[in-house]
Amino acid sequence: MEKTLKKYFVIFTVPTIIAFAFAFIIPFAQGLYLSFCNFTTVNNATFVGFENYKLAFSSGQGFTSALLFTVGFTVISVITINLFAFTLALLLTRKIKGTNLFRTVFFMPNLIGGIVLGYTWQQMINAILYQFETTIVSNAKYGFWGLVILMNWQMMGYMMIIYIAGLQNIPTDLIEAAKIDGATSWQTLIKVKLPMVMSSITICMFLTLSNSFKLFDQNKALTNGAPMNKTQMLALNIYDTFYGKTGYEGVGQAKAVVFFIIVAAVALIQLSITRSKEVEQ
Amino acid sequence: MITSKKSRTINVILFFVLCIVGAFVLYPLFFILNNSFKGKFFISKDPFALPTSETFSGLTNYVNGLIKTGLLSAVGWSFFITILSVVLIVLFTAMTAYYITRVKTKVTQGLYYMFVFSMIVPFQMVMFTMSSLADTFHLKNPVGMCILYLGFGAGQAVFMFAGFIKSVPIDIEEAAMIDGCTPLQNYFKVVFPVLKPTAITVAILEAMWIWNDFLLPYLVIGISTKYKTIPVVVQMLVGSNGNKDMGALMAMLVLSIIPIIIFYLSCQKYIIEGVVAGAVKG
Repeated sequence: MEKTLKKYFVIFTVPTIIAFAFAFIIPFAQGLYLSFCNFTTVNNATFVGFENYKLAFSSGQGFTSALLFTVGFTVISVITINLFAFTLALLLTRKIKGTNLFRTVFFMPNLIGGIVLGYTWQQMINAILYQFETTIVSNAKYGFWGLVILMNWQMMGYMMIIYIAGLQNIPTDLIEAAKIDGATSWQTLIKVKLPMVMSSITICMFLTLSNSFKLFDQNKALTNGAPMNKTQMLALNIYDTFYGKTGYEGVGQAKAVVFFIIVAAVALIQLSITRSKEVEQ
Repeated sequence: MITSKKSRTINVILFFVLCIVGAFVLYPLFFILNNSFKGKFFISKDPFALPTSETFSGLTNYVNGLIKTGLLSAVGWSFFITILSVVLIVLFTAMTAYYITRVKTKVTQGLYYMFVFSMIVPFQMVMFTMSSLADTFHLKNPVGMCILYLGFGAGQAVFMFAGFIKSVPIDIEEAAMIDGCTPLQNYFKVVFPVLKPTAITVAILEAMWIWNDFLLPYLVIGISTKYKTIPVVVQMLVGSNGNKDMGALMAMLVLSIIPIIIFYLSCQKYIIEGVVAGAVKG
Protein backbone atom coordinates (compact mmCIF):
# COMPACT_ATOMS: atom_id res chain seq x y z
CA MET A 1 0.00 0.00 0.00
CA GLU A 2 2.80 2.39 0.91
CA LYS A 3 4.24 2.06 -2.58
CA THR A 4 1.03 3.05 -4.39
CA LEU A 5 0.40 5.88 -1.97
CA LYS A 6 3.95 7.14 -2.34
CA LYS A 7 3.31 8.26 -5.93
CA TYR A 8 0.59 10.62 -4.72
CA PHE A 9 3.05 12.88 -2.90
CA VAL A 10 2.05 15.95 -4.91
CA ILE A 11 -1.70 15.68 -4.38
CA PHE A 12 -1.51 14.86 -0.70
CA THR A 13 1.16 17.20 0.53
CA VAL A 14 2.02 19.97 -1.92
CA PRO A 15 -0.84 22.44 -1.16
CA THR A 16 0.02 22.38 2.54
CA ILE A 17 3.74 22.57 1.88
CA ILE A 18 3.41 25.61 -0.38
CA ALA A 19 1.30 27.48 2.16
CA PHE A 20 3.61 26.37 4.95
CA ALA A 21 6.62 27.61 3.02
CA PHE A 22 5.02 31.04 2.47
CA ALA A 23 3.75 31.44 6.01
CA PHE A 24 6.54 29.82 7.95
CA ILE A 25 9.64 28.25 6.40
CA ILE A 26 10.76 31.12 4.17
CA PRO A 27 9.87 33.91 6.65
CA PHE A 28 11.59 32.01 9.45
CA ALA A 29 14.82 31.46 7.52
CA GLN A 30 14.75 35.02 6.21
CA GLY A 31 14.09 36.35 9.70
CA LEU A 32 16.99 34.41 11.14
CA TYR A 33 19.34 35.82 8.50
CA LEU A 34 17.99 39.37 8.71
CA SER A 35 18.61 39.48 12.46
CA PHE A 36 22.28 39.81 11.52
CA CYS A 37 21.59 42.59 9.02
CA ASN A 38 20.80 46.24 8.82
CA PHE A 39 17.65 46.77 6.74
CA THR A 40 14.46 48.71 6.25
CA THR A 41 12.94 46.35 3.70
CA VAL A 42 13.80 42.73 2.99
CA ASN A 43 15.73 43.70 -0.15
CA ASN A 44 18.21 46.26 1.17
CA ALA A 45 19.93 44.21 3.85
CA THR A 46 23.60 44.63 4.72
CA PHE A 47 25.33 42.14 6.99
CA VAL A 48 26.38 43.56 10.36
CA GLY A 49 27.07 40.48 12.48
CA PHE A 50 25.93 40.59 16.10
CA GLU A 51 25.44 44.37 16.10
CA ASN A 52 21.63 44.11 16.35
CA TYR A 53 21.82 41.73 19.28
CA LYS A 54 24.10 44.13 21.16
CA LEU A 55 21.75 47.00 20.42
CA ALA A 56 18.71 44.96 21.46
CA PHE A 57 20.01 44.68 25.01
CA SER A 58 21.20 48.29 25.27
CA SER A 59 19.30 50.30 27.85
CA GLY A 60 17.45 52.63 25.49
CA GLN A 61 15.67 49.72 23.80
CA GLY A 62 13.46 48.76 26.73
CA PHE A 63 13.90 45.09 25.88
CA THR A 64 15.32 44.07 29.25
CA SER A 65 12.65 45.98 31.18
CA ALA A 66 9.97 44.40 28.97
CA LEU A 67 11.54 41.02 29.73
CA LEU A 68 11.35 41.69 33.47
CA PHE A 69 7.75 42.85 33.23
CA THR A 70 6.86 39.78 31.16
CA VAL A 71 8.51 37.39 33.60
CA GLY A 72 6.81 39.03 36.59
CA PHE A 73 3.45 39.00 34.89
CA THR A 74 3.87 35.40 33.74
CA VAL A 75 4.83 34.10 37.18
CA ILE A 76 1.88 35.80 38.89
CA SER A 77 -0.62 34.80 36.19
CA VAL A 78 0.47 31.18 35.96
CA ILE A 79 0.16 30.76 39.73
CA THR A 80 -3.16 32.58 40.13
CA ILE A 81 -4.84 31.11 37.05
CA ASN A 82 -3.94 27.55 37.97
CA LEU A 83 -4.90 27.99 41.63
CA PHE A 84 -8.28 29.46 40.78
CA ALA A 85 -8.92 27.01 37.95
CA PHE A 86 -8.05 23.99 40.09
CA THR A 87 -10.19 25.23 42.99
CA LEU A 88 -13.13 25.78 40.66
CA ALA A 89 -12.61 22.32 39.17
CA LEU A 90 -12.69 20.81 42.67
CA LEU A 91 -15.91 22.68 43.43
CA LEU A 92 -17.56 21.66 40.17
CA THR A 93 -16.80 17.97 40.71
CA ARG A 94 -18.63 17.99 44.08
CA LYS A 95 -22.12 17.56 42.59
CA ILE A 96 -23.26 21.05 43.50
CA LYS A 97 -26.48 22.30 41.89
CA GLY A 98 -26.10 24.12 38.58
CA THR A 99 -22.67 22.66 37.83
CA ASN A 100 -23.27 22.62 34.09
CA LEU A 101 -24.43 26.21 33.99
CA PHE A 102 -21.41 27.36 35.97
CA ARG A 103 -19.12 25.45 33.65
CA THR A 104 -20.69 27.09 30.61
CA VAL A 105 -20.40 30.58 32.11
CA PHE A 106 -16.84 30.21 33.40
CA PHE A 107 -15.52 28.96 30.08
CA MET A 108 -17.16 31.62 27.92
CA PRO A 109 -14.60 34.47 28.21
CA ASN A 110 -11.98 32.23 26.67
CA LEU A 111 -13.68 32.50 23.29
CA ILE A 112 -13.55 36.28 23.12
CA GLY A 113 -10.56 37.65 21.28
CA GLY A 114 -7.73 39.54 22.98
CA ILE A 115 -8.39 42.90 21.34
CA VAL A 116 -12.10 42.92 22.12
CA LEU A 117 -11.74 41.82 25.72
CA GLY A 118 -8.72 44.07 26.22
CA TYR A 119 -10.87 47.09 25.43
CA THR A 120 -13.78 45.71 27.44
CA TRP A 121 -11.57 45.51 30.53
CA GLN A 122 -9.94 48.83 29.80
CA GLN A 123 -13.39 50.43 29.98
CA MET A 124 -14.25 48.49 33.15
CA ILE A 125 -11.03 49.31 34.98
CA ASN A 126 -11.12 52.94 33.92
CA ALA A 127 -14.70 53.19 35.15
CA ILE A 128 -13.57 51.98 38.57
CA LEU A 129 -10.43 54.13 38.65
CA TYR A 130 -12.48 57.14 37.52
CA GLN A 131 -14.11 57.13 40.95
CA PHE A 132 -10.61 57.81 42.33
CA GLU A 133 -9.92 60.37 39.60
CA THR A 134 -7.23 58.38 37.84
CA THR A 135 -6.89 56.04 34.84
CA ILE A 136 -5.21 52.76 34.03
CA VAL A 137 -2.42 54.46 32.09
CA SER A 138 -1.38 56.71 34.99
CA ASN A 139 0.45 54.04 36.98
CA ALA A 140 2.27 50.91 35.83
CA LYS A 141 0.85 49.00 38.82
CA TYR A 142 -2.69 49.43 37.53
CA GLY A 143 -1.63 48.13 34.14
CA PHE A 144 0.16 45.15 35.65
CA TRP A 145 -2.69 44.04 37.91
CA GLY A 146 -5.25 44.89 35.26
CA LEU A 147 -3.48 42.52 32.92
CA VAL A 148 -3.33 39.83 35.63
CA ILE A 149 -7.07 40.15 36.33
CA LEU A 150 -7.87 40.12 32.62
CA MET A 151 -5.77 37.02 32.04
CA ASN A 152 -7.39 35.22 34.98
CA TRP A 153 -10.81 36.19 33.72
CA GLN A 154 -10.02 34.83 30.28
CA MET A 155 -8.09 31.65 31.04
CA MET A 156 -9.47 30.45 34.36
CA GLY A 157 -12.44 28.68 32.78
CA TYR A 158 -10.36 27.02 30.08
CA MET A 159 -7.90 25.54 32.59
CA MET A 160 -10.81 24.59 34.84
CA ILE A 161 -12.27 22.46 32.04
CA ILE A 162 -8.97 20.59 31.66
CA TYR A 163 -8.68 20.06 35.42
CA ILE A 164 -12.28 18.79 35.57
CA ALA A 165 -11.48 16.23 32.86
CA GLY A 166 -8.42 15.16 34.87
CA LEU A 167 -10.32 14.89 38.15
CA GLN A 168 -13.10 12.87 36.55
CA ASN A 169 -10.54 10.38 35.28
CA ILE A 170 -9.39 9.44 38.77
CA PRO A 171 -10.80 5.99 39.57
CA THR A 172 -13.35 6.38 42.39
CA ASP A 173 -12.12 3.27 44.21
CA LEU A 174 -8.80 5.03 44.74
CA ILE A 175 -10.51 7.85 46.63
CA GLU A 176 -12.80 5.45 48.48
CA ALA A 177 -9.76 3.41 49.54
CA ALA A 178 -8.05 6.53 50.88
CA LYS A 179 -11.20 7.37 52.86
CA ILE A 180 -11.42 3.89 54.34
CA ASP A 181 -7.80 4.17 55.38
CA GLY A 182 -8.81 7.26 57.32
CA ALA A 183 -7.40 10.00 55.10
CA THR A 184 -8.87 13.46 55.66
CA SER A 185 -10.17 15.26 52.57
CA TRP A 186 -7.07 17.48 52.63
CA GLN A 187 -4.82 14.42 52.65
CA THR A 188 -6.85 12.85 49.85
CA LEU A 189 -6.40 16.03 47.83
CA ILE A 190 -2.63 16.26 48.33
CA LYS A 191 -1.70 12.58 48.31
CA VAL A 192 -4.19 11.12 45.84
CA LYS A 193 -5.89 13.70 43.66
CA LEU A 194 -2.92 15.97 42.94
CA PRO A 195 -0.53 13.20 41.81
CA MET A 196 -3.31 11.69 39.70
CA VAL A 197 -3.98 14.94 37.79
CA MET A 198 -0.31 15.70 37.22
CA SER A 199 -0.73 15.31 33.45
CA SER A 200 -3.49 17.95 33.51
CA ILE A 201 -1.19 20.18 35.52
CA THR A 202 1.52 19.74 32.89
CA ILE A 203 -0.88 20.81 30.15
CA CYS A 204 -2.32 23.75 32.07
CA MET A 205 1.10 25.00 33.14
CA PHE A 206 2.27 24.79 29.55
CA LEU A 207 -0.77 26.61 28.15
CA THR A 208 -0.83 29.37 30.77
CA LEU A 209 2.93 29.82 30.64
CA SER A 210 3.18 30.13 26.87
CA ASN A 211 0.02 32.21 26.51
CA SER A 212 1.11 34.65 29.21
CA PHE A 213 4.64 34.89 27.93
CA LYS A 214 3.62 35.51 24.33
CA LEU A 215 0.73 37.84 25.19
CA PHE A 216 0.24 40.62 22.67
CA ASP A 217 -3.36 41.58 21.85
CA GLN A 218 -4.48 42.08 25.43
CA ASN A 219 -1.36 44.08 26.23
CA LYS A 220 -1.86 46.30 23.19
CA ALA A 221 -5.52 46.91 23.90
CA LEU A 222 -5.39 47.37 27.67
CA THR A 223 -2.51 49.83 28.07
CA ASN A 224 -0.43 49.72 24.88
CA GLY A 225 2.60 49.88 27.16
CA ALA A 226 1.59 53.10 28.92
CA PRO A 227 2.80 54.81 31.03
CA MET A 228 6.17 55.30 29.28
CA ASN A 229 6.39 51.68 28.10
CA LYS A 230 6.45 50.50 31.71
CA THR A 231 3.70 47.95 31.03
CA GLN A 232 5.16 46.83 27.73
CA MET A 233 5.59 43.10 27.31
CA LEU A 234 8.15 41.42 25.06
CA ALA A 235 5.86 40.86 22.08
CA LEU A 236 4.67 44.47 22.12
CA ASN A 237 8.23 45.72 22.53
CA ILE A 238 9.27 43.80 19.42
CA TYR A 239 6.26 45.08 17.49
CA ASP A 240 7.04 48.69 18.47
CA THR A 241 10.68 48.25 17.49
CA PHE A 242 9.65 47.08 14.02
CA TYR A 243 6.87 49.52 13.31
CA GLY A 244 7.44 52.38 15.75
CA LYS A 245 10.31 54.05 13.91
CA THR A 246 12.25 53.14 10.78
CA GLY A 247 15.87 52.06 10.94
CA TYR A 248 15.41 49.61 13.80
CA GLU A 249 13.99 46.66 11.85
CA GLY A 250 17.22 44.68 12.32
CA VAL A 251 17.10 45.25 16.07
CA GLY A 252 13.46 44.18 16.10
CA GLN A 253 14.31 40.99 14.25
CA ALA A 254 17.19 40.24 16.62
CA LYS A 255 14.83 40.73 19.56
CA ALA A 256 12.37 38.37 17.89
CA VAL A 257 15.05 35.68 17.62
CA VAL A 258 15.93 36.10 21.30
CA PHE A 259 12.22 35.96 22.13
CA PHE A 260 11.84 32.74 20.14
CA ILE A 261 14.81 31.15 21.92
CA ILE A 262 13.45 32.11 25.35
CA VAL A 263 9.96 30.78 24.52
CA ALA A 264 11.34 27.49 23.22
CA ALA A 265 13.69 27.06 26.19
CA VAL A 266 11.03 27.85 28.78
CA ALA A 267 8.55 25.50 27.13
CA LEU A 268 11.01 22.60 26.97
CA ILE A 269 12.26 23.07 30.54
CA GLN A 270 8.74 23.32 31.94
CA LEU A 271 7.57 20.25 30.04
CA SER A 272 10.49 18.12 31.18
CA ILE A 273 10.07 19.19 34.84
CA THR A 274 6.33 18.53 35.12
CA ARG A 275 6.44 15.42 32.90
CA SER A 276 8.93 13.84 35.29
CA LYS A 277 6.40 14.23 38.11
CA GLU A 278 3.59 12.48 36.28
CA VAL A 279 2.32 9.16 37.61
CA GLU A 280 2.15 6.17 35.32
CA GLN A 281 -1.50 5.17 35.01
CA MET B 1 -21.57 8.50 48.14
CA ILE B 2 -23.17 9.44 51.44
CA THR B 3 -24.15 13.09 51.70
CA SER B 4 -24.26 14.10 55.32
CA LYS B 5 -25.99 17.19 56.66
CA LYS B 6 -22.65 18.91 57.14
CA SER B 7 -21.50 18.44 53.58
CA ARG B 8 -24.90 19.65 52.37
CA THR B 9 -24.45 22.96 54.22
CA ILE B 10 -20.97 23.22 52.76
CA ASN B 11 -22.42 22.71 49.30
CA VAL B 12 -24.90 25.53 49.82
CA ILE B 13 -22.08 27.86 50.86
CA LEU B 14 -19.98 26.76 47.90
CA PHE B 15 -22.95 27.33 45.62
CA PHE B 16 -22.96 30.99 46.66
CA VAL B 17 -19.21 31.21 46.17
CA LEU B 18 -19.68 29.93 42.61
CA CYS B 19 -22.45 32.48 42.07
CA ILE B 20 -20.04 35.25 43.05
CA VAL B 21 -17.41 33.95 40.65
CA GLY B 22 -20.11 33.72 37.96
CA ALA B 23 -21.05 37.35 38.59
CA PHE B 24 -17.38 38.34 38.27
CA VAL B 25 -17.20 36.50 34.94
CA LEU B 26 -20.40 37.95 33.52
CA TYR B 27 -20.17 41.49 34.86
CA PRO B 28 -17.76 42.94 32.24
CA LEU B 29 -20.09 41.75 29.49
CA PHE B 30 -23.08 43.27 31.25
CA PHE B 31 -21.06 46.44 31.78
CA ILE B 32 -20.47 47.09 28.09
CA LEU B 33 -24.02 46.07 27.18
CA ASN B 34 -25.41 48.44 29.79
CA ASN B 35 -23.27 51.39 28.73
CA SER B 36 -23.85 50.81 25.04
CA PHE B 37 -27.37 52.15 25.59
CA LYS B 38 -26.25 55.36 27.28
CA GLY B 39 -25.47 58.68 25.65
CA LYS B 40 -21.72 59.01 25.13
CA PHE B 41 -21.37 61.91 27.57
CA PHE B 42 -23.03 60.03 30.39
CA ILE B 43 -20.86 56.94 30.36
CA SER B 44 -17.85 58.25 32.26
CA LYS B 45 -19.98 60.12 34.81
CA ASP B 46 -21.69 57.11 36.29
CA PRO B 47 -20.54 54.00 34.46
CA PHE B 48 -22.18 51.52 36.82
CA ALA B 49 -25.69 52.94 36.85
CA LEU B 50 -28.44 51.55 34.66
CA PRO B 51 -29.61 53.87 31.90
CA THR B 52 -32.26 56.34 33.04
CA SER B 53 -34.71 58.27 30.88
CA GLU B 54 -32.13 61.06 30.79
CA THR B 55 -29.11 58.96 29.85
CA PHE B 56 -30.82 56.34 27.67
CA SER B 57 -29.89 56.82 24.04
CA GLY B 58 -31.56 53.87 22.37
CA LEU B 59 -29.61 52.53 19.44
CA THR B 60 -27.79 55.79 18.67
CA ASN B 61 -24.41 54.34 19.68
CA TYR B 62 -24.96 51.32 17.49
CA VAL B 63 -25.90 53.45 14.47
CA ASN B 64 -22.99 55.84 15.04
CA GLY B 65 -20.56 53.01 15.52
CA LEU B 66 -21.66 51.15 12.45
CA ILE B 67 -21.42 54.24 10.27
CA LYS B 68 -18.01 55.16 11.67
CA THR B 69 -16.38 51.74 11.47
CA GLY B 70 -18.07 49.68 8.80
CA LEU B 71 -18.29 46.83 11.30
CA LEU B 72 -20.92 45.04 9.25
CA SER B 73 -18.57 44.49 6.34
CA ALA B 74 -15.89 43.45 8.84
CA VAL B 75 -18.24 40.81 10.20
CA GLY B 76 -18.68 39.57 6.64
CA TRP B 77 -14.94 39.42 5.97
CA SER B 78 -14.28 37.78 9.33
CA PHE B 79 -16.80 35.09 8.43
CA PHE B 80 -15.37 34.65 4.94
CA ILE B 81 -11.75 34.40 6.07
CA THR B 82 -12.50 32.16 9.04
CA ILE B 83 -14.68 29.71 7.16
CA LEU B 84 -12.52 29.44 4.04
CA SER B 85 -9.33 29.09 6.10
CA VAL B 86 -10.81 26.39 8.30
CA VAL B 87 -12.05 24.45 5.26
CA LEU B 88 -8.62 24.68 3.63
CA ILE B 89 -6.85 23.68 6.84
CA VAL B 90 -9.04 20.65 7.53
CA LEU B 91 -8.99 19.49 3.91
CA PHE B 92 -5.28 19.84 3.17
CA THR B 93 -3.57 19.28 6.51
CA ALA B 94 -5.50 16.05 7.14
CA MET B 95 -4.32 14.75 3.76
CA THR B 96 -0.76 15.80 4.51
CA ALA B 97 -0.85 14.26 7.96
CA TYR B 98 -2.22 11.04 6.50
CA TYR B 99 0.52 10.90 3.88
CA ILE B 100 3.40 11.59 6.23
CA THR B 101 2.13 9.06 8.76
CA ARG B 102 1.58 6.28 6.23
CA VAL B 103 4.60 6.87 4.01
CA LYS B 104 7.77 6.80 6.06
CA THR B 105 10.68 8.42 4.27
CA LYS B 106 13.32 10.90 5.37
CA VAL B 107 11.40 13.67 3.60
CA THR B 108 8.12 12.98 5.37
CA GLN B 109 9.86 12.60 8.74
CA GLY B 110 11.65 15.89 8.18
CA LEU B 111 8.37 17.56 7.25
CA TYR B 112 6.70 16.25 10.38
CA TYR B 113 9.40 17.72 12.61
CA MET B 114 9.17 21.04 10.77
CA PHE B 115 5.44 21.18 11.45
CA VAL B 116 5.93 20.38 15.13
CA PHE B 117 8.76 22.91 15.35
CA SER B 118 6.57 25.66 13.89
CA MET B 119 4.18 25.33 16.81
CA ILE B 120 6.59 26.80 19.34
CA VAL B 121 7.80 29.69 17.19
CA PRO B 122 6.15 32.97 18.25
CA PHE B 123 4.50 35.02 15.54
CA GLN B 124 6.82 38.00 16.13
CA MET B 125 9.68 35.90 14.73
CA VAL B 126 8.13 35.78 11.27
CA MET B 127 5.75 38.73 11.18
CA PHE B 128 7.94 41.21 9.33
CA THR B 129 9.31 38.82 6.74
CA MET B 130 5.96 37.11 6.28
CA SER B 131 4.11 40.32 5.52
CA SER B 132 6.76 41.46 3.06
CA LEU B 133 6.61 38.05 1.38
CA ALA B 134 2.84 38.37 1.22
CA ASP B 135 3.32 41.73 -0.46
CA THR B 136 5.67 40.31 -3.10
CA PHE B 137 3.32 37.46 -3.97
CA HIS B 138 0.12 39.55 -3.90
CA LEU B 139 -1.36 37.75 -0.93
CA LYS B 140 -2.65 40.94 0.65
CA ASN B 141 -6.31 40.06 0.12
CA PRO B 142 -8.84 37.77 1.81
CA VAL B 143 -7.94 34.71 -0.25
CA GLY B 144 -4.24 35.31 0.33
CA MET B 145 -4.98 35.58 4.05
CA CYS B 146 -6.57 32.13 3.94
CA ILE B 147 -3.44 30.69 2.31
CA LEU B 148 -1.30 32.24 5.06
CA TYR B 149 -3.62 30.83 7.70
CA LEU B 150 -3.34 27.41 6.08
CA GLY B 151 0.43 27.68 6.33
CA PHE B 152 0.57 29.09 9.83
CA GLY B 153 -2.12 26.80 11.20
CA ALA B 154 -0.65 23.72 9.54
CA GLY B 155 1.72 22.90 12.40
CA GLN B 156 -0.90 22.27 15.03
CA ALA B 157 -3.39 20.71 12.61
CA VAL B 158 -0.91 18.24 11.11
CA PHE B 159 0.33 17.36 14.58
CA MET B 160 -3.18 16.57 15.83
CA PHE B 161 -4.26 14.65 12.73
CA ALA B 162 -1.03 12.66 12.67
CA GLY B 163 -1.43 11.79 16.33
CA PHE B 164 -4.84 10.35 15.61
CA ILE B 165 -3.97 8.56 12.35
CA LYS B 166 -1.16 6.69 14.11
CA SER B 167 -3.78 4.97 16.25
CA VAL B 168 -6.00 3.97 13.29
CA PRO B 169 -5.39 0.34 12.18
CA ILE B 170 -4.14 0.09 8.62
CA ASP B 171 -6.08 -3.13 7.76
CA ILE B 172 -9.26 -1.48 6.47
CA GLU B 173 -7.28 0.75 4.14
CA GLU B 174 -5.35 -2.23 2.81
CA ALA B 175 -8.58 -4.10 2.21
CA ALA B 176 -9.98 -1.11 0.33
CA MET B 177 -6.86 -0.94 -1.81
CA ILE B 178 -7.06 -4.63 -2.63
CA ASP B 179 -10.69 -4.07 -3.68
CA GLY B 180 -9.39 -1.59 -6.24
CA CYS B 181 -9.63 1.79 -4.54
CA THR B 182 -7.12 4.39 -5.67
CA PRO B 183 -5.30 6.16 -2.80
CA LEU B 184 -7.55 9.20 -3.26
CA GLN B 185 -10.79 7.19 -3.14
CA ASN B 186 -9.39 5.29 -0.22
CA TYR B 187 -8.57 8.50 1.60
CA PHE B 188 -11.93 10.20 1.07
CA LYS B 189 -14.17 7.15 1.46
CA VAL B 190 -12.38 5.16 4.14
CA VAL B 191 -9.93 7.35 6.05
CA PHE B 192 -11.58 10.74 6.24
CA PRO B 193 -14.84 9.51 7.83
CA VAL B 194 -12.75 8.00 10.63
CA LEU B 195 -10.96 11.32 11.12
CA LYS B 196 -14.18 13.24 11.65
CA PRO B 197 -13.92 13.74 15.46
CA THR B 198 -10.38 15.06 15.11
CA ALA B 199 -11.48 17.21 12.17
CA ILE B 200 -14.15 18.83 14.36
CA THR B 201 -11.60 19.50 17.09
CA VAL B 202 -9.13 21.00 14.64
CA ALA B 203 -11.86 23.09 12.97
CA ILE B 204 -13.01 24.54 16.31
CA LEU B 205 -9.52 25.36 17.56
CA GLU B 206 -8.48 26.96 14.28
CA ALA B 207 -11.78 28.85 13.93
CA MET B 208 -11.40 30.35 17.41
CA TRP B 209 -7.87 31.43 16.63
CA ILE B 210 -8.57 32.90 13.19
CA TRP B 211 -11.78 34.68 14.17
CA ASN B 212 -10.00 36.46 17.04
CA ASP B 213 -6.63 36.96 15.40
CA PHE B 214 -5.57 40.57 15.22
CA LEU B 215 -1.95 40.97 14.20
CA LEU B 216 -1.86 38.90 11.02
CA PRO B 217 -4.80 40.64 9.28
CA TYR B 218 -3.64 43.99 10.67
CA LEU B 219 -0.19 43.59 9.12
CA VAL B 220 -1.11 41.79 5.92
CA ILE B 221 -4.40 43.36 4.88
CA GLY B 222 -3.85 46.57 6.78
CA ILE B 223 -6.23 49.32 7.72
CA SER B 224 -6.65 51.13 4.43
CA THR B 225 -8.44 48.39 2.51
CA LYS B 226 -12.06 47.31 2.63
CA TYR B 227 -11.16 43.80 3.80
CA LYS B 228 -10.75 44.63 7.49
CA THR B 229 -11.76 41.98 10.04
CA ILE B 230 -13.54 42.60 13.36
CA PRO B 231 -10.48 42.88 15.65
CA VAL B 232 -8.84 45.29 13.19
CA VAL B 233 -11.94 47.49 13.11
CA VAL B 234 -12.23 47.54 16.91
CA GLN B 235 -8.55 48.47 17.23
CA MET B 236 -8.97 51.27 14.66
CA LEU B 237 -11.99 52.72 16.43
CA VAL B 238 -9.96 53.19 19.58
CA GLY B 239 -6.45 53.56 18.30
CA SER B 240 -6.88 56.10 15.54
CA ASN B 241 -8.57 59.16 16.99
CA GLY B 242 -7.90 61.10 20.18
CA ASN B 243 -11.46 61.92 21.22
CA LYS B 244 -12.99 58.53 21.59
CA ASP B 245 -16.68 57.96 21.15
CA MET B 246 -17.06 55.68 24.16
CA GLY B 247 -20.68 54.95 23.37
CA ALA B 248 -19.85 53.73 19.90
CA LEU B 249 -16.96 51.71 21.32
CA MET B 250 -19.23 49.95 23.82
CA ALA B 251 -21.77 49.22 21.11
CA MET B 252 -19.14 47.81 18.75
CA LEU B 253 -17.68 45.65 21.52
CA VAL B 254 -21.14 44.24 22.14
CA LEU B 255 -21.66 43.54 18.44
CA SER B 256 -18.25 41.82 18.18
CA ILE B 257 -19.04 39.52 21.08
CA ILE B 258 -22.55 38.51 19.98
CA PRO B 259 -21.51 36.14 17.13
CA ILE B 260 -19.08 34.35 19.47
CA ILE B 261 -21.71 33.85 22.15
CA ILE B 262 -24.23 32.53 19.64
CA PHE B 263 -21.60 30.15 18.26
CA TYR B 264 -20.65 29.06 21.76
CA LEU B 265 -24.17 28.44 23.01
CA SER B 266 -25.17 26.55 19.88
CA CYS B 267 -22.26 24.13 19.78
CA GLN B 268 -21.02 24.29 23.34
CA LYS B 269 -20.60 20.55 23.66
CA TYR B 270 -18.29 20.31 20.64
CA ILE B 271 -16.34 23.39 21.66
CA ILE B 272 -15.61 22.20 25.19
CA GLU B 273 -14.81 18.66 24.05
CA GLY B 274 -12.67 20.03 21.23
CA VAL B 275 -10.73 22.31 23.51
CA VAL B 276 -10.06 19.50 25.99
CA ALA B 277 -9.05 17.08 23.24
CA GLY B 278 -6.87 19.74 21.62
CA ALA B 279 -5.15 20.56 24.88
CA VAL B 280 -4.55 16.94 25.81
CA LYS B 281 -3.07 16.08 22.42
CA GLY B 282 -1.31 19.37 21.85
